[in-house]
Amino acid sequence: MTPEPHLLPNGRVLRYSYRERLVHWLAGFSYVYLLLTGLAFWSPWLFWIAVVLGGATVSRELHPWAGLVFVAAVLMMYRMWASGMKESPADAAWWKAVRHYIRNEDEQMPSADRFNPGQKLLFWGFLWNGLLLLLSGVILWFPQYIPWSLRFLRYLAVIVHPVCALLTIGLFIIHVYMGAAIERGAFGSVIRGDVSRAWADRHHHTWYRQLLRDSEARK
Amino acid sequence: MSQATLGIRAISGHAGSVPGAGVERGLEVCKLIDTTTCIGCKACEVACLEWNGLTFSETTFDNSYQTMPETSWNYWNLIKFNEHEREDGSMALLMRKDQCMHCEEPGCLAACPADGAIVQYVNGIVDFQQDHCIGCGYCITGCPFNIPKFSPTARKVFKCTLCNDRVTQGLEPACIKSCPTGCLHFGSKTDMKDLADKRAAQLREHSGFANAGVYDPPGVGGTHVIYVLHDSTNPEAYGGLPKNPTIPLTVQLWKTPLKWLGNLAIIGGLIGVFAHYLRFGPKIVEEDENGKQGARQ
Ligand code: HEM
Ligand code: SF4
Ligand code: SF4
Repeated sequence: MTPEPHLLPNGRVLRYSYRERLVHWLAGFSYVYLLLTGLAFWSPWLFWIAVVLGGATVSRELHPWAGLVFVAAVLMMYRMWASGMKESPADAAWWKAVRHYIRNEDEQMPSADRFNPGQKLLFWGFLWNGLLLLLSGVILWFPQYIPWSLRFLRYLAVIVHPVCALLTIGLFIIHVYMGAAIERGAFGSVIRGDVSRAWADRHHHTWYRQLLRDSEARK
Repeated sequence: MSQATLGIRAISGHAGSVPGAGVERGLEVCKLIDTTTCIGCKACEVACLEWNGLTFSETTFDNSYQTMPETSWNYWNLIKFNEHEREDGSMALLMRKDQCMHCEEPGCLAACPADGAIVQYVNGIVDFQQDHCIGCGYCITGCPFNIPKFSPTARKVFKCTLCNDRVTQGLEPACIKSCPTGCLHFGSKTDMKDLADKRAAQLREHSGFANAGVYDPPGVGGTHVIYVLHDSTNPEAYGGLPKNPTIPLTVQLWKTPLKWLGNLAIIGGLIGVFAHYLRFGPKIVEEDENGKQGARQ
């Protein structure tokens, strides 16, 4: 793999490539559509969402297709990020100190690599739940083709699908909250792709140091 | 239309109150099927097709008299044939008219997410309103009797209406009208229950069917279609009539406890992050001299 020039000439640090950002938003937009249409069928009190989005029949037709797009995007993420998302021995210490992270006492956090353990949890949570949502979703998509003798598949699907959806909703709330409100600078990293050096150093110290070493070595 | 609303006691996927609940006084109707006097002539199958004007479909020959393996979106009424071997080795040709059971607690309606796609009338009839149906097929999973069927062309689900259109006009369902042996009866639930009990007692006392009984399964609150069976201890033998049907356990979990848990968790999560923001606010990284452009804040 040819090392990307992460240290940009303008003094900022490239965090996500164009490709990574595209895939992120493919997953993001398809997920939000899935979430909204899914919630419409989840609760009669939210059925109006499906009406706003073009009618419940349309939502029912498109939700599974959006699901395929979403899972495809998550699999692309897997190809791009799986190596960086592997659990590392340092993660335990990070989790132990997580209350400092929650209280914004970031100086007291052990240093994180390109992805911190929380982000890893998010990634694997979305990957595994995404696959389970796909499996159960396909059954919900075509219940009429599941023979009566295999009806337990349908009985499983109606519970697995919403449970996995709820788990991802939990991850999603935290993810959006952190990305949009808490981690100032993070949102830009998935829009323009870059972050400041100070940001990289603070939040992903191990990663940033490695970038510096790599660029030294290349000189 | 207002008359229809008055007669409705349950609505699928409905937020808020039910317009007709507790308003109209009405008899609960019931269809009684005496399997012991059914001759398998299929007059009721034809009557159903004719009254409802359903399109014709292929029949399937499977070494039995049965028209097709199970009811279909355009075949709501099917006699199920079973060559049943009794314990003493003798044969019985069991015939049972299969159709929607019009459950008192309908699993189809509990599962349906679309407002008004399934309604239950005060008289007990469970009716699909295809113009509100979104074709999701949840009802297929909710029904313990394998009744709602998806039409690939309409992309909606169909089933027996208990001839709701006839019943509201004071007529009996078309199948009842067509039955040549009188094994089908229609009336109020209490009358039909009475008649069924009497017939079962007769079978037990005079015809040597010691296990004869009435099928009105309590697991779904009773049904508005009930059977007299020669052997009520083995309903499965009658073309797979479930012994103790209930709304599938996962459907029950999904529609009540999980819904509450999930909604509380989502609302709790949203309140939680908001409270966190008020307490701790954002993580702002002061810029070093290289980061003049600054993070977008
Ligand atoms: C991965 C591929 C997916 C497929 C094939 C799929 C398919 C389906 C299908 C067929 C239904 C039934 C109603 C409808 O068609 O809208 C459904 C319901 C639902 N889906 Fe998905 N889905 C997928 C992913 C997701 C994801 C990622 C979410 C995340 C929020 C989600 C959330 C929901 C919810 C909340 C429901 C309603 C469950 C209920 O009624 O209780 N789905 N899905
Ligand atoms: S397919 Fe069944 S559950 Fe889905 S909207 Fe139509 S009637 Fe309701
Ligand atoms: S038999 Fe099935 S379709 Fe008919 S009312 Fe009961 S649950 Fe609904």
